[in-house]
Parts: sequence; C-alpha cells; structure tokens
Amino acid sequence: MIPTSEEALAEAVKSASGPFAVRGNGSAGVVSDHPVLTAKGLTGVSLYEPGALTLVVKAGTPVSEVETVLAAENQRLAFEPMNLRGIMGGTEEGTIGGVVASNRSGPRRLAVGACRDFALGVRFVDGMGRIIKNGGRVMKNVTGYDLVKLMAGSHGTLGVLTEVSLKVLPMPETSATLTLHGLSDAQAVAAMSKALGSPYEVTGAAHAPVGPDGSAVTVLRLEGFEESVSYRAAALQGFLGLRCAQQIEADAAIWEWVRDAQPMHYPEGNVWRLSVKPSDAPDVVARVPAQAALYDWGGGLIWLRCAEDVDVRAHMAGVDGHATLVRGASFARFHPQSAGVAALSKGLRLKFDPKGLLNPGLMG
Amino acid sequence: MEMPTPDQNILNRKADIVARLQGILPIGCVIHAPEETHAYECDALTAYRCPPLAVVLPETTEQVAAVLKLCHQQGLPVVPRGAGTSLAGGSMPTADAIVLGTAKLNDVLETDYDNRFIRVQSGRTNLSVTGAVEENGFFYAPDPSSQLACAIAGNIAMNSGGAHCLKYGVTTNNLLGVRIVTIEGEILDIGGAFMDAAGLDLLGLICGSEGQLGVVTEATLRILPQPEGARPVLIGFDDSEVAGACVSDVIKAGILPVAIEFMDRLCIEVTENFAGAGYPDCNALLIVEVEGSDAEIDAQLARISEIAERYNPVEIRASRSAEESAKIWLGRKSAFGAVGQINDYICLDGTIPVSQLPLVLRRINELSAEYGLQVGNVFHAGDGNMHPLVLFDANKPGDLEKCEAMGAEILKLCVSVGGCLTGEHGVGVEKRELMSHQYAPDDLDLQMSVKDVFDPSWLLNPAKVFPLSASASRRASEAAQ
Ligand SMILES: Cc1cc2nc3c(=O)[nH]c(=O)nc-3n(C[C@H](O)[C@H](O)[C@H](O)COP(=O)(O)OP(=O)(O)OC[C@H]3O[C@@H](n4cnc5c(N)ncnc54)[C@H](O)[C@@H]3O)c2cc1C
Repeated sequence: MIPTSEEALAEAVKSASGPFAVRGNGSAGVVSDHPVLTAKGLTGVSLYEPGALTLVVKAGTPVSEVETVLAAENQRLAFEPMNLRGIMGGTEEGTIGGVVASNRSGPRRLAVGACRDFALGVRFVDGMGRIIKNGGRVMKNVTGYDLVKLMAGSHGTLGVLTEVSLKVLPMPETSATLTLHGLSDAQAVAAMSKALGSPYEVTGAAHAPVGPDGSAVTVLRLEGFEESVSYRAAALQGFLGLRCAQQIEADAAIWEWVRDAQPMHYPEGNVWRLSVKPSDAPDVVARVPAQAALYDWGGGLIWLRCAEDVDVRAHMAGVDGHATLVRGASFARFHPQSAGVAALSKGLRLKFDPKGLLNPGLMG
Repeated sequence: MEMPTPDQNILNRKADIVARLQGILPIGCVIHAPEETHAYECDALTAYRCPPLAVVLPETTEQVAAVLKLCHQQGLPVVPRGAGTSLAGGSMPTADAIVLGTAKLNDVLETDYDNRFIRVQSGRTNLSVTGAVEENGFFYAPDPSSQLACAIAGNIAMNSGGAHCLKYGVTTNNLLGVRIVTIEGEILDIGGAFMDAAGLDLLGLICGSEGQLGVVTEATLRILPQPEGARPVLIGFDDSEVAGACVSDVIKAGILPVAIEFMDRLCIEVTENFAGAGYPDCNALLIVEVEGSDAEIDAQLARISEIAERYNPVEIRASRSAEESAKIWLGRKSAFGAVGQINDYICLDGTIPVSQLPLVLRRINELSAEYGLQVGNVFHAGDGNMHPLVLFDANKPGDLEKCEAMGAEILKLCVSVGGCLTGEHGVGVEKRELMSHQYAPDDLDLQMSVKDVFDPSWLLNPAKVFPLSASASRRASEAAQ
C-alpha cells in the first residue's frame, strides 16, 4: 500500500486486517511475507529555514532529493547517512524516513552525532492508526518524553514515520584527509584514538586493512575554513608524530568508500555491523574469521563480511557492544538484549502497536 | 500549585515505613525528623514546597534497588533527587513521598582517554566530572549554569543544556549509557562505552524523562579533548530584530560558535549597575564565542565582525586576551543574579525558531505592557532557547499569580510560533498544565503509556510532566491497588 497522505496512511493502519511490512523504499532489504505499507507516497519539503538550520520533510522523500535541496543553500545532513545499495545490491534509493527509522549514520557520526542526534521532531502513525507528533522543529526541546529518539532506530516497529524534522549544518569551506599507509589494525586504532583525543576536531577516522589500492590504509578527516584546515592538518601530523600523505579537497571519494562500506559490497556472505569500544576492535576483528573488515568511527564501528555460518556474536564474548546482521539471514538480525531490557522493549511495542501490525518478528 | 492529596494511609504508617527503610540502609542514610527533611521540601522553584514523608540517601546501586523494591511493595510514591536545583519543581516532593537522593553516590568509576569516556555515579556534580578529566586535557561538554551544584542524575533526568550546547549538544547527545533501577528494584544497564543502541533507543527515552521511568545510579559520559583556546566578541545593536538577523547570518555562514548569547536593554542596564562589565549603551547585545588556536579564533572573530558590520552595530569588541574575555562574559554570567538583586522574578525557558525572534520579542513587550510587569530577556540566541525573566514583587498579594499567568502566555506564544514550552529546564510541576497546548490528547496518551511500561503503578515522580487531569486515571488505578 502506498498512501499519499498522512490521513490515508492512518486509515490504512486503522482498518488493517493483518500485519504489514513497514518500508520506506525497501533499500534496507529486510525480507518479509507481509504486504508492504510504505511512506514513499508522502514526499516533499514542508519547511526549510537555512538560517535556523532546520528542515521539515515528509518521510517518503528520497535522500538524494533532500541532499539536493540542502546543497542549494550550501548545507547538508551532517550525520552523513550511508547508502545501503552497494551492500544490499538493490536499486532502490533510501527515503529520509527510512534513514531516521534505522538511525543510519556515516563516518561523521563520531564527531557530530548520529542521525538520532539530528532528529528534532517526528510525526508518525502508531499501531492503532493514531497520528502522533513528538518533538518539534527547534534545537532545544525537553517538553515531555523524547519519543523522537525512540522512533529513530525503531525500524518501523513502533510506528510509520510520516514526517521528520532535522537539524542541518552548513557545508564546510574545505576538507582535508591525512592518509597513513601500512599500519596494523592495532596501530591504526591507536593512531585514530590519539587523533580523536587531540583538539583538532577530526571529523572522520577510518581504517581499512585492505584499502582501495589493496594495502592497509588509515584516513583522518578535517573540515572547516581553509585557514583552519591547513593549520590543523599540519598540527595533527606533528601531534601524531607519523608521516602522512595529505590531500586537501578532492577527498570525497575515499569518504564515500568508507561511508558506504565498500569492502562489504562483494555479493556473497553475511555483512555485520558491530559497535564496540574502539580499543576492543582489533581484538574482535582478529577473533572473527572474516573475508573483509573495515573500521570506522575511530574503531568504534566495525564492518565484517563473513561466511554465512560464522556467528560473529559468539566471538564477541566478554566484549561490550553489539552486532547487527545487515545482510544475510542465518542469524537474528538484531543483537539479543538482557532480559530486563528486552521486557521493556517488548512492553513499549505492545503499547505502540498492541495488535502487532508493524513489522512483526523484526527486532525480537 | 495543585498537587494530589497525600494518601492518609501512608502518612499514618510513617513510623513503620521509616523503620523498614532503616532496616535496609546503613545508619545515617534515612532522614525523617521534620527539622531535617526541611532541606528537601523544594528545589530551585522555591515558591512551592512540601516536606516529604522521609528522605533516603543510599550509598550503592544495590541499596537503591532495595529501597525501590520496598516502595513498590508498600505502594509508596518516590521522588528521585539529585542536587535539587530544578527550576521546574521536578524534585519537589509530596507529603506521602519518599525522596530518594543521590548525594552519596559521587564516585568516578572509570576514566578512559583512549576511548574518550568517563563512568561516574550519578550523584556526582556536573562540574566535578570535568574536574576529574581536565588535567588530562579533556572536558565534559554540557555545562548548565548550575554546574557547580547540579548532579549528573538531574542533568540526565532533565536532559540539561548549557552555554556550550550550540556546538556540543545537550546531555542526551553526550550520554553513552546508564545503570538504572526500575521501580521493581531491577538493575539494568542500558548503552555503555560504545555508540548507538542495540535495539530500541531506551537511553534516548530515559534521558529527559524527569525521574519518572527509573532511578539512574551510574552514567557513562562522552568526554572531549579541550579546545586550544576560546574567545568571544561582543556586539551591540540599537535594535533587537537586527541582532536576530545577525545571529542567523553568522549561523548560515558556516561559523560554528560555541555560544551565541543575547541580552536586551533591561538586562544590560541591570547587570551594568551590578557588575560593571563596561557594556555599551544599546538595546541588544550579542556575545559570540568561538574556539580554536589563536590564529583560528582571530580568523573566525574577523568573519563574525564582518557580518555584524553589515548591520550597523553600536560597537564590536573582539576579545584579545583572557582578561578581556572574562570581562565580556562577566555581565552575562551575572545577569540572573543582578536581576534577582532588584526584583523577584520567574525565569521562563521556551524555545522558538530563530526566525521568529523579532515577532516574539515584540509580543513579549506588548504582554509586558498589558500585565504591567517588566520583562528582561537574556538567552541562548543560537538555538532560540529564550529565558524571559518576568519581574514581580513577592510581597504584593496577587503579583506572583499575575506573573505566572503572563509566563504562561509567553510559553503559549512560543508554542504557537513553532517552538516549545521548555528548552532545557523541563516540565516538572511548573509547566505540567500547559502540556496540552503543545500536545494533543493522543500524543500525551502515548507518552504516558511509556510510563505505564516502566512504572505500571505510577509511583515514580507521579504528579509531574503531564496535566493532572490527563494522568488522573492512571494515578488513581495505582492508588486502588
Ligand atoms: C541558578 C541556576 C541555573 C541553572 N542553569 C541551567 C542551565 O543553564 N541549563 C539547564 O539545563 N538547567 C539549568 N538549571 C536547572 C537545573 O540546574 C537542571 O535542571 C539540573 O539538571 C538539575 O539537576 P539536579 O541534580 O539539581 O536535579 P534535581 O533538581 O534534584 O532533580 C531534577 C529532576 O531529576 C530527577 N532525578 C534526580 N535524580 C534522579 C535519578 N537518580 N534518577 C532519575 N531521576 C532523577 C528528579 O526527580 C527531578 O525530576 C539551573 C538552575 C539554577 C538554580
């Protein structure tokens, strides 16, 4: 079903006789037998105030369209949402509602925050077909419970997003990337931690054991005004005490490579996304028999491509963090939770969707 | 302030309840004598107060769990309390409530500079979190003006902000994990020293839930490397609308100041008399602070000054040294105190879209004339979080009520221009009844159903956040149990 208004979407849920697979454009590739209910019929910018850094947009609007609108004012989605097409092999483009529903963030997440940190407000239809709003379009808002955060990353299990309001940021004047070659994983994470502990405001820190040219590469990004970026690039190299290749501007390609997790694009095997403490990351990667690995967020995010029978979670024993199976079906998609936390999550689902209409089976 | 009638049954059982609490807590952790509970009868919203049944100050998470289990069994309302600096009555008790304070939970549990986090017990004060890491060149970013006193527990419950949040975000953006105790006494870890939730973002839900979902006993917080330096520029304008336009241009230009603060004439004059910061004689004043190396700061301040020049400023004064910076900040930092010297006031906290600033300031002036009460405006202009100070005379009968009525008008105005009732202080009891202006009944019902999940018997801070009439049936079903 592709309702073209919020009311029609609410009506569809209210009069439903059975569960739905809730989707944006289906770019995340979650499989389900249920009929699809999508927000992609709800499109367009409702309000954009560049001077207030706020954008209100209908949930079904394609991400590329949002980015075009922002670029015209020299602004952007600072959390750098990734494009899942490469991993999922699909052709569909993500919607902004899908990005928020899966809290999808890219390399800059470690510096500026995740998608959920930029979500200022939501409108959604809950499992009873009620139209609900929470948050708003202002930067600071503590009025009532923060259901915006709860909806971000709820993967369509609590409601169908119809509109989101986002904080946006100006594009930087320039950006520079420092590249370190040939570091071991442990050396790379140590170098990234050191850089992130410096005052130079690193906005990207990633490491690929096998980089675009086939050898290990570690990249650090700096963004801002010209004078600032060149100063910081020099200062950071001195601070690290390591020789780096430096590239000012024209570094977008490598960050897209990291953002979209290029080493995961090979069509076979499971793709996992792990969130851990950076210093634990090299050890975790060493333990898992993986075909490819990529570190982002200074090591806090690990991408792994493995054979279908590799249980990545079993290799995380004793490590704080969690793993999501992004591609594949041989294990549960989401990391199991402690009994108490799982009970609360289930309780919330029963309140938001008492009839179990929205993505049943997903998220436990 | 209307509060639910205390449960006489509970009041009658006081001696027994105190004995049971003493049975599960070490000596000195239960306070029940009226002369001693006195200190807990209100928070910083001092106009409203009520002594609690008893106060407990547990020393461990396990003791918190034992207390909550007992309160759950006995059907006792619990009011969690950090340092009691809430401006919204968030930690104000009722006569039948147990105040559960975090004062004895203030240890640092772990600091990790490689992974950039600190884990603390929740009663630790905000400033002493930074205190624990500053020697190593780090800081904890959210910095409410009350940071010397307020506890991380209260910051999490209120999702507190501060002067630096324009760049670094508020509490929720800097919180990685909590240990929280449910009303049943179950201890849960949510989040941790890694990024983003494994399942639903319960951490995001708990932050800002005003002590209604559980008692937070530990927190994992993101710490950041200190910037090389920071300096402000002061800009005076003849017209506050022009100041608003300048703010918007600075933001659009891609400069990311740490803070953009605004003061109007009343506040400028009052603080000038009080602190003598040497502010220019003007109608609107901006303080814009930026960070970086000396050269970076100079370059950014030059960019800001260039933008400000377009608006015919009365004065532009860029700080060149730590002393000059301190002087520029002196007036702003003493503004609340200075206004307090000349008058009683209530401090509002609505947020508006920055574009609505001229309209809202104009309308506030009209309301001020209508009600015959003076208003001073001093606020975080970069994010539209206003703090109108409505002046009144506490000794004049009816003046507080008039002041509150005018405050309510201003907050409704904030909502009607696309903003909200509270940007950082929280709803508490103070703005509870105004919630229905921002949210429809279904919106409120769904929020309250979140509390139903965490606290089915509505024992945790029950009469806060939601209009009493809206939460009545839920609270009543609890009483009937
Ligand atoms: C002079 C002054 C300046 C201020 N400036 C700012 C500012 O700049 N920015 C800002 O955001 N606020 C500001 N405030 C408001 C206040 O300081 C904040 O709301 C602060 O976070 C409250 O912390 P607290 O420890 O005092 O909490 P309390 O007042 O004790 O409690 C606040 C709320 O937290 C709940 N709570 C307390 N402990 C727990 C716990 N362990 N678990 C769960 N819930 C709990 C309480 O039930 C209550 O609802 C200011 C207040 C004053 C008096």
